Amino acid sequence: MSDVIKLSHGSGGEASRKLVEEVIAGYLKNEALDPLDDSAVLEVVGGRLAFTTDSYVVSPLFFPGGDIGSLAVHGTVNDLAMVGATPLALTLSFILEEGLPIDDLHRILASVRSACEEARVNVVAGDTKVVERGSGDGIFINTSGIGSIPAGVNISASNAAPGDVIILSGTIGDHGITVLSRREGMDFATSMESDSAPLGGMVEAMLKVTGSIHAMRDPTRGGLATSLNEIAAKSGVGLEIDEASIPVNPQVNDACDMLGFDVFYVANEGKLVAFVPAAEAPAVLAAIKSARYGENAAVIGRVVKENPGLVTLNTQVGGRRILSPLSGELLPRIC
Amino acid sequence: MKLSSAFRESDLARNIAANIARATTRRYNLMEFCGTHTVAIFRHGLRTLLPEEINLVSGPGCPVCVTSRSDMDRILFLADLPDTIVATYGDMMKVPGSGMSLSEKRARGADVRVVYSITDAVEIARANPASRVIFNAVGFETTAPSTAAVIRNARRESTDNFHILSLHKVTPPVVLALLEGGTAVDGFLCPGHVCSIIGSRPLEPVAGAYKKPCVVTGFEPADVLQGILMLVRQLEDGESRVDIEYTRGVRPEGNANALAAMDEVFCRVTSDWRGIGEVEATGLKLREEFASFDAEQFIDREIRSDPDPPGCQCGEVLRGEIKPTECALFAGACTPESPVGPCMVSSEGSCATYYQYAERTRK
Amino acid sequence: MCLAIPALIKEIDGNRATADVGGAMREISLEIIDRTAEIGDYVLVHAGFAIHKLEEKEALETLELMRKVFGQ
Repeated sequence: MSDVIKLSHGSGGEASRKLVEEVIAGYLKNEALDPLDDSAVLEVVGGRLAFTTDSYVVSPLFFPGGDIGSLAVHGTVNDLAMVGATPLALTLSFILEEGLPIDDLHRILASVRSACEEARVNVVAGDTKVVERGSGDGIFINTSGIGSIPAGVNISASNAAPGDVIILSGTIGDHGITVLSRREGMDFATSMESDSAPLGGMVEAMLKVTGSIHAMRDPTRGGLATSLNEIAAKSGVGLEIDEASIPVNPQVNDACDMLGFDVFYVANEGKLVAFVPAAEAPAVLAAIKSARYGENAAVIGRVVKENPGLVTLNTQVGGRRILSPLSGELLPRIC
Repeated sequence: MKLSSAFRESDLARNIAANIARATTRRYNLMEFCGTHTVAIFRHGLRTLLPEEINLVSGPGCPVCVTSRSDMDRILFLADLPDTIVATYGDMMKVPGSGMSLSEKRARGADVRVVYSITDAVEIARANPASRVIFNAVGFETTAPSTAAVIRNARRESTDNFHILSLHKVTPPVVLALLEGGTAVDGFLCPGHVCSIIGSRPLEPVAGAYKKPCVVTGFEPADVLQGILMLVRQLEDGESRVDIEYTRGVRPEGNANALAAMDEVFCRVTSDWRGIGEVEATGLKLREEFASFDAEQFIDREIRSDPDPPGCQCGEVLRGEIKPTECALFAGACTPESPVGPCMVSSEGSCATYYQYAERTRK
Repeated sequence: MCLAIPALIKEIDGNRATADVGGAMREISLEIIDRTAEIGDYVLVHAGFAIHKLEEKEALETLELMRKVFGQ
């Protein structure tokens, strides 16, 4: 096999076959995938299925704490977890850029395999295409995922209710700042790592202590502020958030100060924000804290009747301001 | 020593706010001149801590916002030249020129790159010797000395494919121009980091001839509140001086090193401030001996600019005459996603800040 | 008028220094700083350039003043 991806790897011929069978399938071996038929065949249990899809175009491909492969798996299983679903199967499709080093593909696949192992799910189907040099960013990944939702679980962005307590599972801004620090032209070394992680285990622990999580989101692009606004709007409620209780890594704070970012709009990849009835909050908080990735969880606010759709922030110096959805792009500013 | 967090402490801020309330007996219009102050005030919700009598007005302190349409058209012209890479700070990407923004130019194939620092732009020049690299040099006195240092080095190291279009501006004369035009502002909260460079002395005419108190202020919540308190105290006592709140960052004489660099590389020319018009001795242009680095040389024709779009009231916002919410286009035709004027583009522009942090309705 | 944040100088090499900006190590220029900085000094950094040497004494004095005179 050559050491870089060529157009022939995507053409459906011998080179394609070799790439799939000798490289890709080797990392993803499982019963449903191994026949490499045109479709995977799965036994489905009754009940409701959750079904999600995502695409990953992160640049750079490799960053401290993860890469596009682990990101793709985590992102997909987290979407399933946010509606309370246990993942059943994933698909994984690649659009490779001609010239991508095969070693990079190996690294990404190894990362996909580890992430699948931790999330306890298999990739059962996929596709590979190759585009000409210059038409892609090394590799784009598309996924889809199906999961099964336990009976009685009804988590939706529309279900938040006045009186609910808002719990955040950990520090915000880690992923966005880490990726940004690795981009060309943003040369600052940092020991920050992406928080990319699968949250299925955490959600499972939460569902063990309560049947009534009302709403839940994993705040990815657009940051915590965007997710909070989505829930406020869909549920028709107001939210009050206490800035002082938001967990933030000091390095992230300083990077945001330097670059002029508002940490509420910086992306995360391993965090959730949950809305639970006040009576359930202590138990849910404890469950998150004892789960992997939840050690910095905190109560960050509450749901109120007033000002539906508005998210208000009590600032750390005792003032108040509105936390709007992200407008425009998060561009580093200078002045 | 964790300086920033000390100045962010909640109790400290509340105490200062309480003192402001006690000290204030009349209504005052205080202009915070600097975009970074605009953002700090909103981000920490400081208005909600102040008594009603204090009216904070934003001024022309955002270098992106005061970039005129014709200046934008010049950099847009340069972006279209063959074998040319334009490097720019992120905020400038979406400022509309007569035709389109740099962002739209990039989408149509121009090589435009966002950088965090001018040194990144020099790196691009080194890495692309066959290309002409033009850095869109925007900023006030905090930033101009870095550009000067880089130009000096570029000459020393013969980085001949590196150029700048200097849109740098200096600020004290524009405050005087505002005052001359008549303003209802009672006092000025002055930009801490500009004054780290220029010191507090250039502001003396504001306090002296025009009798408006000035306080050079830092950017943490406690700094801003303290600066406001110091302004109120001067006003209540009928005094007008230039005081420094931000003593840890500013000396009256400023930074001689940085000022010397600026002076070596730049000369002062008239420049066009959006919303205010032409103000003498506020633009920085590369001196003759550095002319080879000046991207002006590549503008070989007259560039005609469209007038500002009808209804755009950026000028009035920049002069502190109206609040963003009073502009007819605010949150309607003019939003961060489709901005009409630069006040909505720059993340430190008054309009963008109001939109992001306060209100999305027009009053 | 711009974003500048305090950084701690860790290493100096002529006109360049490596500074700790809140746990992130960054290369900065000392070309236009106002007073000579040494390892262990705090400086204000703007877009990769140190523009002012911070005197800890001044910073702490301001804080003291704020707390004492305007405090409870």
